[in-house]
Amino acid sequence: MTTVITVPPSLDDTSFEQVLEQVAHFPPEQKILVDARHTRWASPYGLTALLTLAESRIERPDFAAPEIEDTASYWARAGFFKYAVEMYDVHGHIPKTRAGESEVLLEITPVRKSEDVHTVVGRIQQKAAEIIQKKLNIDAKATVGFAMTLSEACQNIIEHAGRGGWVMVQTYQWQKRLGRRVVVIAVCDAGVGFRSSLESAQGHRLGDRWDDAMALEEAVIRGVSRFRETGRGQGLAGIRRYIGRWDGKLSVRSGTARITIVPEWDDDEPLAEGLPNFPGAQMQITIPEKVAAK
Amino acid sequence: MSHLIDVSAVLRRTVADHFSDLVTRPTGAAVRTQIEAQLLLSTSATVVIDFSAVGLLDFSCADEVVAKLLLRHAADSPEAGDPFFLFRGVSDSHLDAIEAVLERHGLALVAEPSDGPRLVVGALDPLERVAWEAISRLGSAAPADVADAAGCAVADAEDILEGLRRRRLVRRRESHYLTVWEEGADA
Repeated sequence: MTTVITVPPSLDDTSFEQVLEQVAHFPPEQKILVDARHTRWASPYGLTALLTLAESRIERPDFAAPEIEDTASYWARAGFFKYAVEMYDVHGHIPKTRAGESEVLLEITPVRKSEDVHTVVGRIQQKAAEIIQKKLNIDAKATVGFAMTLSEACQNIIEHAGRGGWVMVQTYQWQKRLGRRVVVIAVCDAGVGFRSSLESAQGHRLGDRWDDAMALEEAVIRGVSRFRETGRGQGLAGIRRYIGRWDGKLSVRSGTARITIVPEWDDDEPLAEGLPNFPGAQMQITIPEKVAAK
Repeated sequence: MSHLIDVSAVLRRTVADHFSDLVTRPTGAAVRTQIEAQLLLSTSATVVIDFSAVGLLDFSCADEVVAKLLLRHAADSPEAGDPFFLFRGVSDSHLDAIEAVLERHGLALVAEPSDGPRLVVGALDPLERVAWEAISRLGSAAPADVADAAGCAVADAEDILEGLRRRRLVRRRESHYLTVWEEGADA
């Protein structure tokens, strides 16, 4: 029997939880149909998380593509269907794309090995410079930091996930929640997740309270890594420094918890626990347009 | 004479021809291994590590290339043959990553930015920094000169300068201390 999982009309990091709430009731061996026919919009997190969802299933899932032509066309240009057909049995119309027509800052890109990070960083720099300076009104210096942040976020997959993952970067007008343009990095994998990664560290001791939330606090806030060398944990620390400097937001979900470094412009929960279990780690970095001080 | 190591050339030779960004730990480890191999063949007291043609340097790579190099050659107990390092061509963005990893390890280095005067970066206390700046300004100085500049006793200046020398941030020639870029044998 196939279970239908309905994708919300607007798919982002928050609404993806609705997908996971539905999926949580069914073991990975259960056949599911991910129904995105009525989805109108998806953030980079939404698209990469949909690919990650397929990877988390043992039974190959079905996928119903968006019926709205513009939406399907955008998903195609973002590279979603290129990879979705490898993991889902895709139903519905998949628009064709021509090389070079994408306006996406960085299309969905697999991250499986160190060389992939070089490719991602190489591709993003020129486009990022244009977006960050001209559309976000942020100092040109922020461009290099942006690429560094992207690099560290991708390396998190290679160093800790135990399998490949996905990255996508896009800029858009975040009218509803912020009223400003933002640039968003989404990095998702269906790997071992933060808790298992830290548990694999030599000499790791389980405390009285040890769960996904605690593992996220250790890694994201305290810079603990499964590698015991002093210099480890620099990547997430660097990402935090970057978002702190440019008033950005960082959220990392792993297992049943999500930790968020919440900027003043947002009212997200700093730590959400008891979420539906989802393997691996899903990270989102949001850098908002800079507005002139009043 | 100093020995020049072009990091970008090492990167292209070691990892891939078309790479100009120093990103990821495996890349950093490969580049450092090659730098170490060049150091084995070097007889120069000062080695210039040239970042001029390096694009991006991320935190992980800064840790692998810069911090681990210093930990091996310029931490607490460097050996007599360990070189002094001058990091040339570092940009503001390189410095962001480098300073972060130096602070984490309690290290410091001498940098020659592409567009500014040489400076010392990393973990130093204010007196050490004043002492280093005095040596940098004077080129070569006795502990008494540094004591004047730092407003401390000569014996304290000697201790500070010896500490800087052990960290390979200044060199010593007889009773004087000099910058790492000055030519001359280290006592």
